[in-house]
Amino acid sequence: MTEVAITPMQRIKPKISKDDVVMRLSMAAIALYLIVAIALPLYALLSKSFQNNHGDFVGFANYITYLTTPALSWSIGNSFKVTLLATVIVLFIAFIYAYALTRSCMPGKSLFKGIALIPILMPSLLPAISLVFFFGQQGIIKSWLLGAELYGPVGIVMGEVFYVFPHVMTILLIGMSLSDARLYEASEVLGASKIKTFFSVTLPSLRYGLVSAFFVAFTLVITDFGVPKVVGGQYNVLATDVYKQVVGRNDFQMGAVVSMALLLPAVFAFVADRLVQRKQVALLSARAVPYQPKPDRIFDMIMLAFCSLIAFIILSILGMAIFSSLVTFWPYNLTLTTKHYNFDLMDGGGWASYFNSIQLATWTAIFGTIVVFFGAYLVEKSRGFKSGRTAMQALCMVPMAVPGLVLGLSYVFFFNHPDNPLGFLYHTMPILVICTITHFYTVSHLSAVTALKQMDPEFEAVSQSLKAPFYKTFWRVTVPVCVPAILDISMYLFVNAMTTVSAVVFLYSTDTSLASVAVLNMDDAGDQSPAAAMGMMIVSTAAIVRLAHMILTRGLKRRTQAWRNR
Amino acid sequence: MSAEQGEPYIKIVNVTKNFGEFTALRDISLEIFDKEFVCFLGPSGCGKTTLLRAIAGLDIQSSGQIFQKGRDISALPPAERDFGIVFQSYALFPNMTVRRNVAYGLENQGVPGKQIEQQVTELLQLVGLPEQEDKFPAQLSGGQQQRVALARALATKPGLLLLDEPLSALDAKVRTHLRHEIKELQHKIGITTIMVTHDQEEALTMADRIVVMNQGVIEQVGTPSEIYSEPASPFVADFIGTTNFIKGKLATRQSVQIGNIAIQVDNPSASLVTGSEVLLCIRPEDILTGERAIDVANQVESVIDRVEFLGSFHRVHMLPLAGDGTELMIDVSVARAREIDLTIGSSLKVALPAMHMNVYPSDN
Repeated sequence: MTEVAITPMQRIKPKISKDDVVMRLSMAAIALYLIVAIALPLYALLSKSFQNNHGDFVGFANYITYLTTPALSWSIGNSFKVTLLATVIVLFIAFIYAYALTRSCMPGKSLFKGIALIPILMPSLLPAISLVFFFGQQGIIKSWLLGAELYGPVGIVMGEVFYVFPHVMTILLIGMSLSDARLYEASEVLGASKIKTFFSVTLPSLRYGLVSAFFVAFTLVITDFGVPKVVGGQYNVLATDVYKQVVGRNDFQMGAVVSMALLLPAVFAFVADRLVQRKQVALLSARAVPYQPKPDRIFDMIMLAFCSLIAFIILSILGMAIFSSLVTFWPYNLTLTTKHYNFDLMDGGGWASYFNSIQLATWTAIFGTIVVFFGAYLVEKSRGFKSGRTAMQALCMVPMAVPGLVLGLSYVFFFNHPDNPLGFLYHTMPILVICTITHFYTVSHLSAVTALKQMDPEFEAVSQSLKAPFYKTFWRVTVPVCVPAILDISMYLFVNAMTTVSAVVFLYSTDTSLASVAVLNMDDAGDQSPAAAMGMMIVSTAAIVRLAHMILTRGLKRRTQAWRNR
Repeated sequence: MSAEQGEPYIKIVNVTKNFGEFTALRDISLEIFDKEFVCFLGPSGCGKTTLLRAIAGLDIQSSGQIFQKGRDISALPPAERDFGIVFQSYALFPNMTVRRNVAYGLENQGVPGKQIEQQVTELLQLVGLPEQEDKFPAQLSGGQQQRVALARALATKPGLLLLDEPLSALDAKVRTHLRHEIKELQHKIGITTIMVTHDQEEALTMADRIVVMNQGVIEQVGTPSEIYSEPASPFVADFIGTTNFIKGKLATRQSVQIGNIAIQVDNPSASLVTGSEVLLCIRPEDILTGERAIDVANQVESVIDRVEFLGSFHRVHMLPLAGDGTELMIDVSVARAREIDLTIGSSLKVALPAMHMNVYPSDN
């Protein structure tokens, strides 16, 4: 075949337009970012766990040491024990709470919903500090523990239940509000009792929500570091072990091994949750009718009493945090003072650390939203590179399964490596920003994807036919239509950047100390009141941002009402 | 096609499209002429939208070539092709007013602002939507949104208009009205148009030529009346309109044996061998009854099983002809129904005119 004839079977190679080039370069840039921010650090961590402290490969030696040192491997069992206990308790409470919010006619539902979300605004260290003031050595209601010791499993379980309550409650609330009223009507018509209906309609329809809530709670608890740090006492769990190995003993290899031990259950829970959620999609038909509860005096009163009790507990933990930040010298001098807010007199970085946190949260919100949203757009709406996009999508899901401490430590290994050209970032604000964005990447990515999926899939095709480059339509159509989701993402990133400790605790330097880390360090030094005060600064900042976000979103919705289908 | 139509505007040569293992288009060749209105018609999954998207460059074919006005556009990205497109969902930009939507393509061409304004006003007048230009798509009815989408697609004065099920999302009344309007508009501006539809009525009323597709191949290309009266295959006969299928055996070159009845047929395809199994097709309205059946060949008689009233006519279902398993449907106009006895259980004599009968090879 010397003559090049155009045979019918000749494959068509689509011509690459300028638009395609821009799109592919953007995709490559985002992919590169994800690889540097997620894949390479985790690889560095993994390889570190197979090295001795000279950097030589030693196979599973570290793992064997770990498993054969009872002082170390103990914490695996401890972690699972407290995690399962806390998870079961929180599922139980959150279930009833969400049930009351969706299936009863009790008054004040939106207030109860709001109160349930308060713990989201707190770094998990803060409720633990509150618990110390309630049940610690000098706690006001120490006797209520009936002689049990707060420091240890009791404190950890109490603190974790509080910390993960809003997350679990929200998942269950969504699951319950999606229920189909027609099933309830059918059950009623068939003469089933309320209890029978509960077991034959309510529970089965919530199956997936419950399983999902279980795994989310499990992951959050087992990876949480704040609560066990404050009230764990001598009771070692995996999360505090990582910290102790690295910060206390400077044993980075063992830190890496414990991290892997912490990573495994988190990854397992994550994968299990994804599998369950995939099944849920087909559960609800588009024609489902939302359930409307009917008043029932006795039932409504019971529900109101239960929710009031839970709300009261949440508010008292918040109240105790406020009170302890204002009290002169617990428990001897209970006059109020603002001296604990004079952070510059304490160790922990002073007011500078608070402003660093604001800076971190702002940069995280800005850059995080840009990277996440543009990345999600490319994954979701761009042309070609099918397998590359699937790989990117998978990479975006990884951070969800990686505990903050593990991520932070992997950043230490990766960026602090002498051969890494990006080493200059180490100990700077940018690395904190990158790490925080990565830590909260998955949830942000998923909200962006959800918003993008709701857009007409033909927008891109139309804009191509109108000869508009993709970035123009992205900027003029996609972004304006998705503004509510973009605001949600930036608010989520801001609040989490304010409250997170675990991801940044290995990465801050004296110049970039953070408020949440200051809480940790002041509490460590025995300055519980200043720690609570700094915690309150975080809570109020997060609350103000949430409020601003709410007002902004509402105003925006009103302004764009003309074109938003509502 | 006749020679006077000259060089085709669109020429599709051996186009095949694979999605992994699945072949969506199999060796498609087709010519579309200047100012022609062509419909791609077929059931869902037949490849009609895939072919449209290949012509647009949105999903470029795996192999084969597409020419527009003699230019090979096979590998070009959509932005380098010359067409306007309207989707079933309209895909109007929700955050832009009608004016901005229509102007979007012109802006990308760098047309000066003043000229854009003027052109947009003209376009909206053309599609019958004046004085709506500052509304947002969500404030318009489905039919109005459809017109905006049409105006937007026409704004850049493309040589080819692609319509992907443009009427499917509308309710029946609006749809009938817009059918007529789109056709008229197309005629007025004389733009070559390809419309994808699964609605045979839409295709029959609007198209100059219909391309009937099934499972990735073209079953037949022809004018609406050709497609209707001379379907090239049982699939086309079945997909468009209603047809009686009668199984039989080709007895001689002029007759088909159905059980013990011999039916005369006109020139069956030369490829059919005498003695082979065949399918006879005849449309219910082509079967003659009453006086008109007298003196026509192929008289058959059977018992009326049930009668459906469908407005302007009755559809009579007959019990199977002697020795044959298929029941016969006959459409009897309301006027004619007054002259004949349509009581269930009574016997009816009908004639199957050979000129309206088509003979196809049987599938098995």
